Amino acid sequence: MRLVSNVPEPVSLSDDQDIEVTPCPDGPLLVRGADAVRDEDGRLHPTTRPVVAVCTCDRSQRLPWCDGTHKVVRRR
Amino acid sequence: MRLPSARGPLSSGVVQALSDPGGRDVAPLVQHVQELPAGTDLLADDDLHLALWMLYELHYGGFDGVDPDHEWDPDLLRLRAAMESVVEGELRARGEPHVRATVDAGGPLAERLFDLAARWEGPSVARYVHRDATRTQFAELLVHRSIYQLKESDPQSWVIPRITGKPKAALVELQYDEYGGGRPERLHATMFGDAMEGTGLDRSYGAYLDRVPGYTLANNNVMSLFGLHRRLRGASMGHLGAYEATSSIPCRKYAGGARRLGLPEQVAAYFDEHVEADAVHEQLAFRDICAGLVESGQAEEADVVLGAVACLLMDNVVGEPMLAAWEAGRSALYDAAAVAVGGAPVAPGAAPADRGAAAAAPSSIEKVAS
Repeated sequence: MRLVSNVPEPVSLSDDQDIEVTPCPDGPLLVRGADAVRDEDGRLHPTTRPVVAVCTCDRSQRLPWCDGTHKVVRRR
Repeated sequence: MRLPSARGPLSSGVVQALSDPGGRDVAPLVQHVQELPAGTDLLADDDLHLALWMLYELHYGGFDGVDPDHEWDPDLLRLRAAMESVVEGELRARGEPHVRATVDAGGPLAERLFDLAARWEGPSVARYVHRDATRTQFAELLVHRSIYQLKESDPQSWVIPRITGKPKAALVELQYDEYGGGRPERLHATMFGDAMEGTGLDRSYGAYLDRVPGYTLANNNVMSLFGLHRRLRGASMGHLGAYEATSSIPCRKYAGGARRLGLPEQVAAYFDEHVEADAVHEQLAFRDICAGLVESGQAEEADVVLGAVACLLMDNVVGEPMLAAWEAGRSALYDAAAVAVGGAPVAPGAAPADRGAAAAAPSSIEKVAS
């Protein structure tokens, strides 16, 4: 499942685990139920909280995670 | 926690009432609240906010030697209500133009709330801490924040049983993260204590209560005011959303400041955690909780917006005097000598210029990082 180009892909380690992805307007993807996300280079980043925000603007300093930078970019 | 030193007639009256196992006539104190002199800063007054903070504390950890039954003493609740009334009135009065503009602007509520937070103008404590703060000033920042952060997220938990459905699920999801996701060492309050310890400070709750100005107590009181009244559940959640939405980017700067000052990694780690966590939480809070409450008829939009405005307003109330003090080379705490421990020796050789003051300070409340 590839969501948007360059946006990391949520990964579940068990077959029966549902991953729920919620896009936020002008913001990150909220991902629930993933064990990790796989970035462009194929590296796995384990999730450490029940719901994670995945960066979609590619400006985060903590990729693949959102760090709120999109708010600065969007408003200049 | 020990009862603090009084700062005027109200806090003195509350200290006496809490120390007294019997009843106490609070009528003169209520009258004092109702007749506060014009010009009293109702969002910063030392005496008012220490008195209110103590009465709220009865609902959290309480005080050593104070009868827990005081929590539901009708006279003390009456006094609390009188103080809450003036504080809430002041928040509503000062917030009104911002609340009205946000309510009147068209479009989805979540976007209006993000916009409100993004456009809010205030002093940038975070920028100062990132670039210029000394170790002592960084320690002072943590001392100020410790009043709330050592019970981080607790005031918002009062709202959980008062809402239902999707907003409730989102709030509990957010709080579960705040409370460490089942790992005690990841409790944000515990991580904050670790950051204090790494800065050479005493992490025990209330250790610096006597040192913080009224505006910092007021900042915490606003959260308890919103959290403890079901009527204000929308405001509590609006406050939560604005807090989260103004957290990620400042926290990145605080983490940068901690690293610039050579403080141990656990200090920056607290702020790093908030960069990521709060980028999630702001979405949950504004979209699923705040907008969700209004859409499902569980809260009034104006209440949610009031809470968000109150959070941003209090950011200025706290940030302006703090920054002014630091920029003038003054302490932003009372009895500064006693807390000038920012230079507690954690990184050998990283002695800032203000270490001399720390070395000369009384050591009674110092706790040197191990």
